[in-house]
Amino acid sequence: MNRRETLKSALAAGLAVAAGGKLAPATASEKVNLPLGNGERPLVTYPGKRPLIVLTSRPPQLETPFSVFDEGIFTPNDAFYVRYHLADIPLKIDPDAFRLNIQGKVDAPLSLSLDELKSGFEPVELAAVNQCSGNSRGFFEPRVAGGQIANGAMGNARWKGVSLKALLTKAGVQAGAVQVSFQGLDRPVLPETPMFIKALDLDHALDGEVMIAYAMNGEDLPWLNGFPIRLIVPGCYGTYWVKHLNDIKVLDAPLDSFWMKTAYRIPDNVCACTEPGKAPTSTVPIGRFNVRSFLTNIAEGATVQANSNLNLRGIAFDGGYGVSDVAISADDGETWTEAALGEDLGKYSFREWKANVSLEPGKRRLMVRAANRVGQSQPLQPLWNPSGYMRNVVEVTNVIAA
Amino acid sequence: MKSIAITFLVSLAAASSALAEPMVYQLPPETAELKPGPGVETAIVCTACHSPDYIRTQPPGKGKAFWQAEVQKMIKVYKAPIGEDDAATIANYLAATY
Repeated sequence: MNRRETLKSALAAGLAVAAGGKLAPATASEKVNLPLGNGERPLVTYPGKRPLIVLTSRPPQLETPFSVFDEGIFTPNDAFYVRYHLADIPLKIDPDAFRLNIQGKVDAPLSLSLDELKSGFEPVELAAVNQCSGNSRGFFEPRVAGGQIANGAMGNARWKGVSLKALLTKAGVQAGAVQVSFQGLDRPVLPETPMFIKALDLDHALDGEVMIAYAMNGEDLPWLNGFPIRLIVPGCYGTYWVKHLNDIKVLDAPLDSFWMKTAYRIPDNVCACTEPGKAPTSTVPIGRFNVRSFLTNIAEGATVQANSNLNLRGIAFDGGYGVSDVAISADDGETWTEAALGEDLGKYSFREWKANVSLEPGKRRLMVRAANRVGQSQPLQPLWNPSGYMRNVVEVTNVIAA
Repeated sequence: MKSIAITFLVSLAAASSALAEPMVYQLPPETAELKPGPGVETAIVCTACHSPDYIRTQPPGKGKAFWQAEVQKMIKVYKAPIGEDDAATIANYLAATY
């Protein structure tokens, strides 16, 4: 790597460049213990990122430390979680040569440069949560195989880019099209391993909300979050948010891909759940988020002031109906107090909530539960499925009031 | 101040797209290793496609059926080039060590 490449790399990563054009060295000294079996993880600083919790280094899978969610309603780019499936990730990208190809069942295939994408289409902006299907998988009981993450595989950002509908309209979707597939620059190590390709039904792809983002929180996308462009599928799990997106195909038959037909499927029932330990009888592709809410300003096990006006604060979100209510309980769910909702930044964004409680001295369990505009809420007991997807139990924070 | 500097540098990067050279990203060095145990020399093949921390962070003490299923998933789904004998050795190593 020559000096200019080093410099451009540092710029891409959003890092301040130290004298001599050297990247800040990665540090791997600190460790964290997530509250789950085998929960010890190193904290490592990747270029463009602050110290994050490393689940796996190859491919990079980085979890956001939970305290970040109390810093603000938007998750900073340098703290946003990272999840790849396949280890041959792009480490060299020429933004001038990069092209987004739109092909398949279209009248006029397109091959767009980043400049054409930015100047040739009306920019759209949207606040939306990206959450991994397996966020919180480490808390499943019985435990299941997969990426063992706590609650930090989610984040909220302002995305700016181009509407997928505008691109597809320009290309001209032909009669008989049923799905649209998406692939990025990442590749498997073995050529025989199924390539990471995802698909959306045509109606979904044309809903006007699915977008191709080239900016996140007002900056270029971080490298590990899909630089230079990624798919944004508001309200849907991160598996569809294809990173380093460069290939879009309009299909006249549903995509025959491991990543759609076998992986990322949930039990085909209302709760997306099975009896713990049991396999589902039929499955469907994972789709929209269920409702979740978190207390962010008080850590598990904290000692708090008893008999005082204790301020509670947190976040809530759902799959796009919009959060309508958040309530908190300090008496194991006997009584619930309505929280005040913060600014509405859009139905796909985190929604801030605030509440006050006065706690009797002793051990207390602080519970938070949200509901959305169509009345969906969170279960008091965790639901289970074999892949460890979609956990949304009412979260409990144990505190000692003294 | 730091964030202002970063914003400036990022803007500079955007404005200097005439520099027709690729951008590169450097990953930090990998540090996780397989735990020692009988069969570890066979299990090293797993690390061709993923770092050993993928194994180390799985739930503890899940036993042989769990690890056999994982090894079979790697072979059948991800096409890991592992023969039957090695698959058994690896599953035994994983069940005994993790």
